[in-house]
Amino acid sequence: MGWLLALPFLLPIATGLLAMAARRRPRQARAISLAGCIGLFVVVVIIFVRVLDQGTIAAQMGNWPAPFGISLVVDRLSAIMLLLAGLVGLAVAIFAQADVDLRREVLGFQGFYQLLLAGVCGSFVTGDLFNLYVWFEVMLIASFALLILGGERAQLDGGIKYVALNLVSTLFMLMAIGMVYGLTGTLNMAALHVAFAEVDQPAALHMLAVLLIVAFGIKAALFPLYFWLPASYHVPPVAVTAVFAGLLTKVGVYALIRTFTLIFPADFRFAHDLLLIAALLTMLSGVIGAASQFEFRKILAFHIISQIGFLVLGLALFSPLALAGSIFYMVHNIVAKTNLLLISGTARRMAGSFKLAEIGGLYRASPVLAAVFFIAAFSLAGFPPLSGFWAKLMLVSASLEQAAYWVAAVALITGALTLFSMSKIWSEAFWKPHPQDGVRALASLSATERVQRMLPAILLVAISLGLGLFPQPLIHFCEVAAKELLDPAAYVATVLPARDG
Amino acid sequence: MESALVLVIGVMVAAGVYLMLAANLLCYLFGLILLSNAANLVIFVAGRLTRAVPPLIPKGQEAPVVPVANALPQAMILTAIVIGFGLLAFTLALVVACYRELDTIDSDHMRLAEPPPDSGEH
Repeated sequence: MGWLLALPFLLPIATGLLAMAARRRPRQARAISLAGCIGLFVVVVIIFVRVLDQGTIAAQMGNWPAPFGISLVVDRLSAIMLLLAGLVGLAVAIFAQADVDLRREVLGFQGFYQLLLAGVCGSFVTGDLFNLYVWFEVMLIASFALLILGGERAQLDGGIKYVALNLVSTLFMLMAIGMVYGLTGTLNMAALHVAFAEVDQPAALHMLAVLLIVAFGIKAALFPLYFWLPASYHVPPVAVTAVFAGLLTKVGVYALIRTFTLIFPADFRFAHDLLLIAALLTMLSGVIGAASQFEFRKILAFHIISQIGFLVLGLALFSPLALAGSIFYMVHNIVAKTNLLLISGTARRMAGSFKLAEIGGLYRASPVLAAVFFIAAFSLAGFPPLSGFWAKLMLVSASLEQAAYWVAAVALITGALTLFSMSKIWSEAFWKPHPQDGVRALASLSATERVQRMLPAILLVAISLGLGLFPQPLIHFCEVAAKELLDPAAYVATVLPARDG
Repeated sequence: MESALVLVIGVMVAAGVYLMLAANLLCYLFGLILLSNAANLVIFVAGRLTRAVPPLIPKGQEAPVVPVANALPQAMILTAIVIGFGLLAFTLALVVACYRELDTIDSDHMRLAEPPPDSGEH
């Protein structure tokens, strides 16, 4: 059991080391990386099935009993996040085979990519706060490398801002961890749940909450801490942007959900109110930022921010339906957003630019690409019967349930503005003719490249469509997962050895 | 003893933030070093400080008889120092690369990724 839970990070680390050793033979490195991603996907599917079957599972590393050693814990939330990480990892790895140039491969792209997946998966399985910090750092250093790999001037420019702000976030997290340990004497999350219930120092709790919200808020790109994201997400190769958009900010949201459901007591209204305000402003400022952009990838980058607002909204409302909505939104968003970025990369390959003014005619050049974009984009905007509709429906009805009408209003306005941006891309990139008639048909790409670019997009859009047409199993899963989060007794009992009394 | 160290941490954080707010990337880096060491000291203080009392348990006892400092946070600091050192080395290399490629380490002049609106995006 211990090995199974450690595999989601051991496997990518091993693959990454092999790929790094083989980086001067890019063909081999690619094959190793792809095989590793397939292996990772199989592992996360096995874990997911097991969690569906048995509920929360835990393993103690090195047989040190909790809370003394490092616990690995996978509950339903972790399981679905792992599954998504495996899916995105695989989809982007296939796409990267066509998208990432040889020079970056020789510099070690595949190795850093695997290391990034290890950091992401490690963050999802760990049950220890300090270990979470370590995985964050693994993820961070890999993302630094991926972001500036190639060393183009714009990459360095965007990279320095990304690095500067994310380092501040880890320092906040480190300080908060030190203080949590000073306050309770443990860093095991399950033990912290027990210990925090007995802490009688509201001042310390408030300070820790703010420190952690800032630390994870920078990672998750919450308002007003998101300025690194629009500065940097459009500079690396599009495969890198896609995996960042799919996974990195979501790890921040995952950490927020974990912290404020498991560690902090459930009646800690202060943090929920703070998160609610941040979530609403994130939704609005992200979507308004997107409306002002005229570049395919920059529009999508601002929409990442706006949707982070929705994810945190569910946590802030803190009801079973709202949290279930958050998790559903997470699934929908990771799939749709990664896909849109992959499509933007193929669109640039065909039409020659990300700038909407300089491209066009993609509908005529490739109806398949257009159809895939159409479904993913309108899913993102929340059109029935696509997956985004159910996600928004759950969150809006959760806010109506609590009579928070203005929250529902902000969510609906954000949805409408998302539709505006998506229609803009549709009419500019796909519908209008290309300004210089420079668009090349998808058929003109080599057969291998066509498969590498279109297979992941079609796979992801099929999932989006499936979730939209048959949402019931996932909604049910999310409801059970939310119930687990709101009542962590089972989680704590699985991790900690039975206590007397 | 703790309160003295807490004051030191406060001064280090203030100086670090002041430096990081400068537009010069090297100043930012120095500020980051101060802040990262302040974070390490926070963990150090969180483990309680005792002067010259080794955390040893006398024979026949189950717990230390006098208050001792917790040794675990010190192990965590070691981890944090190693990670922090790696990240700082990376950041320094990045700053050097920026200086070579972009010819500036003034972050106000680094507008390549986000051009100001009047210069046009083309």
